[in-house]
Amino acid sequence: MARGPSSPVFLERRSYRRRRMQDAQRLLPVLGLVLWMVPVLWPSGDEAAPVRMSDAIYYVFGVWCVLIGLSAWLWRGLQRGEDALSEAARDP
Amino acid sequence: MTATLNLLVGVSLIYVAFLFAVAFAAERAAVRGRSGWLRTPLVYTLSLSIYCTAWTFYGAVGYAARSGMEYVTIYLGPSLVMIGWWWVLRKLVRIGRSQRVTSVADLISARYGKSNTLAIVVTIMAVVGVTPYIALQLQSVTLALSIFSGPADVDGNAGLNMQSAGFWVAAGLALFTVLFGTRNLNANERHDGVVIAIAVEAVVKLVALIAVGVFVVWGIAGGIGPMMAQIDASDLGTWQVDRSRWAALTVLSAAAFLCLPRMFQVLVVENDDERHVQIASWAFPVYLMLMSLFVVPIAVVGLDLLPAGSNPDLFVVSVPLAQGQTGLAVLSFLGGFSSATSMVIVATLALSTMVSNHVVMPIYLSVKPGGASKSGDVRNVILRARRLSILLIIALGYLYYVLSGGSGALAAIGLISFAGVAQFLPAMLGGIFWRGATRVGALSGLCLGFAIWVYASLLPSFGQGAVLPASFFEVGPWGIGWLRPYAFFGIEGMDPTVHAVFWSLLLNTSVFVVGSLLSFPKPLERLQGAQFVNVFDHSGQARGWHASVAASEDLMIMAQRILGAAEAQALFRAAALEQGMTGHLPEPNPAFLERLERELSASVGTATAHAMVSQMVGAASVSVEDLLAVADESAQMLEYSSQLEAKSTELSRTAGQLREANDKLTQLSVQKDAFLGQISHELRTPMTSIRAFSEILRDAEGLSVAEKTKYASIIHVEAIRLTRLLDDLLDLSVMENGQVSLNSATGRLEAVLDHALITTQASGDGRLRIVRHKTAADTALTTDMDRLGQVFINLITNAQKYCRAEAPQLEISVRAEPHTLAVEFRDNGTPIPDAARALIFEKFARAAEVEGSGAGLGLAICREIMARLGGDISHVPQASGNLFVVKLPREAALAAQ
Amino acid sequence: MDKHVLLVEDEVNIIEAMSFLLKREGWRVDTHSDGATAVSAIRDARPDLVVLDYMLPGKSGIAILTELRALPDFATLPVLMLTARGQSRDREEAERAGVNRFMTKPFSNTEVLNAVRDLVRG
Repeated sequence: MARGPSSPVFLERRSYRRRRMQDAQRLLPVLGLVLWMVPVLWPSGDEAAPVRMSDAIYYVFGVWCVLIGLSAWLWRGLQRGEDALSEAARDP
Repeated sequence: MTATLNLLVGVSLIYVAFLFAVAFAAERAAVRGRSGWLRTPLVYTLSLSIYCTAWTFYGAVGYAARSGMEYVTIYLGPSLVMIGWWWVLRKLVRIGRSQRVTSVADLISARYGKSNTLAIVVTIMAVVGVTPYIALQLQSVTLALSIFSGPADVDGNAGLNMQSAGFWVAAGLALFTVLFGTRNLNANERHDGVVIAIAVEAVVKLVALIAVGVFVVWGIAGGIGPMMAQIDASDLGTWQVDRSRWAALTVLSAAAFLCLPRMFQVLVVENDDERHVQIASWAFPVYLMLMSLFVVPIAVVGLDLLPAGSNPDLFVVSVPLAQGQTGLAVLSFLGGFSSATSMVIVATLALSTMVSNHVVMPIYLSVKPGGASKSGDVRNVILRARRLSILLIIALGYLYYVLSGGSGALAAIGLISFAGVAQFLPAMLGGIFWRGATRVGALSGLCLGFAIWVYASLLPSFGQGAVLPASFFEVGPWGIGWLRPYAFFGIEGMDPTVHAVFWSLLLNTSVFVVGSLLSFPKPLERLQGAQFVNVFDHSGQARGWHASVAASEDLMIMAQRILGAAEAQALFRAAALEQGMTGHLPEPNPAFLERLERELSASVGTATAHAMVSQMVGAASVSVEDLLAVADESAQMLEYSSQLEAKSTELSRTAGQLREANDKLTQLSVQKDAFLGQISHELRTPMTSIRAFSEILRDAEGLSVAEKTKYASIIHVEAIRLTRLLDDLLDLSVMENGQVSLNSATGRLEAVLDHALITTQASGDGRLRIVRHKTAADTALTTDMDRLGQVFINLITNAQKYCRAEAPQLEISVRAEPHTLAVEFRDNGTPIPDAARALIFEKFARAAEVEGSGAGLGLAICREIMARLGGDISHVPQASGNLFVVKLPREAALAAQ
Repeated sequence: MDKHVLLVEDEVNIIEAMSFLLKREGWRVDTHSDGATAVSAIRDARPDLVVLDYMLPGKSGIAILTELRALPDFATLPVLMLTARGQSRDREEAERAGVNRFMTKPFSNTEVLNAVRDLVRG
């Protein structure tokens, strides 16, 4: 994984990717909040055509899984980036 | 069914014994420094599961049976907080580590200038808010036990004395907490035993709930498809959620997740490595999701299978029991039991830390004369205070349980508790994100929010007319309509929980912000504010736990730097010997650290030593208090050293002056010797000739007339030379002593020059040709004409004597400059060498190669005269020849015009 | 009696007087006025006696004497030093440098002639 100083463009791009992944990590809770507040818009109870419970369960837990998946994926990506960066720093 | 009950009690006891063993083993491992496996991201994530108490274990199903999907909001809030760890948790954990925060009360108090008032307020609020919650746990466990004791009759207490069961549960919990929670004095030292025990319990409750869920879905309903069909067909089949509650409870649970004392304990205080938070950010939502996954199926199946009127809060146990799955029911019971015990233990631990640190200790120290003078004494007191607090809090919980008599649904009590602790949120978030937040703002916001919560949420929960009179709810207190507990400002129709949360948090935040804007923080508060808000600028990178030996090495390196290698090594070796160790490095236990700090403070001052040692050992950065003390100390040292420096500067200045004076004296003495030598030489030389020739004239016979004349004239010349020398000497001495009186007269520069030329031409040999440029020479001036003339005569005579050119020539010109008149004497003789130029105006100086009858006083006299006249004389080097410039101040000239 | 004396002196009138006196005593008198070239002048002239002024342009009498004494041929050459400065420190200095006779100006003619006779004889 040793990257010499001869590949600064690659390093630059990698740290750029890293920044954007951090941005995504920060925005993830906002996404979660928006998605989980969608049920507020659903017709409920006595209103016309209420959403079925099974669909609601699929939706809420589906959002949960997506958020967890994204969060874990971003964490792994950032973790790997960190290791690579520290390795690159160690062996010029 | 008593056999089942006995079995259950037996299993519970075995389980508790197992937990004790696990906790004990963990403590032992930690003491031996092998705590690595105890502190993994997995253990951290599992320890967070104390969020899922018996309320959520049992209550969620009941909640779902009553209100459908609303129960899930309790899990959504924390999930969002964890996924958004970067925003708040990251900062909280960093602050908690760097400021050595021990509890949520400590955090808020530290942020607002280490205010003890705030700490007490937060502690009281936390105790009031959490005690019902502890009662809730006791209630859940005893209720679950009661299921096993047989079908509950109308009184609900057949076969089992609920109160005594509650008592024994409480006593057991208290024992466990005291044993494992108060082994270490420092709350910041992690409770390894407790953490590992609650991690084990987290696994047990997750496994239990999933086991029940799997049994329900696949064992009863027959798979996912049929299960979903059954759900849709049930009473819960459609989406029926109060929209305001959906949003408000999500926010409330998120707030409570951060503010609950027990959550703060595991999230921040017990955190060992900031990286664990990142892993928990997705791992803990997985746990929460799994915990809530089977809630609706269990609720639907329970509602379907069990007789109407069964307590839905206990479906988790009663459904397997009703299906004859006793083993599964016991496991489920253990899951609930785990939820309850882990929550009570950590909550009590957190609360007792707050109560002992912020209430008991301040009182004890203010009451006891002498304060914290004896450290050993105080340590025991703190431990005792903490144990007492644990017993007190559990006793309060038990009392609440007994008094409330198991009233209300579990979920309602839980939400009330959540709303109570959520009041910390504005002060907490404001404190870590806004430097302008002040103590006054935080205090008023907290108090108002708490008051609203008590009035609109806690007291009404006892029932209308129980504590608050029913009239309050109908027409408001004393008829003030806008103060009705469920309809503030006359806004009716809000859900009571949403109402209380909305108004308490809104007014809390508003008062906090306004109070902060209007008040002015104390210096310590501002410093702490800066430390908290900019914690990432001040503290270093995230660090893991240092092994103790590494810490010793670090300490050794630091000590060597400060004490010197030999002393430091001796100190460490002696300490290691005292500890019974063979190596050079002792265990960094408190006694040794204290000793090291003392040794260091002798060198660098107390505060600095403390800061350095704690930084090395605790991996915590310096607190503001430390920094302030360091600043104080270094300011004092700076002042002291600057005083010393001033003194030494003064001394060295005096010494310098003395040296200078001495040098001057020496120089003067040398000059005096040289001067005397010169005088002597100048006097004796002509006298030698005079004496020799006069003796020759007297004694020698046969001298020719020419010889006689020659010798007599030599005597004559030498006598004149002597006279002139004496004249010059007198002149110079008079002038140098400033005794000369100047006879100012007005005349023309031209006339002075004319006179000088006439005088010199009379005595000269006539070889020197004098050229005069009469440009601006016709200038009237007021000065001492005779003295000025003397200068001119001297210069002309010098040219006559020393100009050795073939055709000696002297040009005299006058130049008018803005402020001065310059009279220039330019000859075409040999230029005076650079080395000699500096000396020609000194007494007795003569350009070396030139022989002549002058004593070398002429130019010295000229310089003295010009100085008296306010001008000067200088020699300007020329390519060939010499240029002497006599400068007169223009004022002297102008004055005459 | 054709003794040779080198007079190292810069004062014209003193040279005149000393030359007159020494010539009358039967000395062959050479004069030299520059301190800087005095040592080589003495080496070239190889006089029987040197009369050396203390203060000379270019090089002091002491320096000339010191250099002279360092030369093996001139280690014992009689040197009469004359000074006009009249300070006791100068005498000590001159004696350390190896002067044979030290006289302070002004002196009587008899004195200086006696000194010269002593130096040549002894």
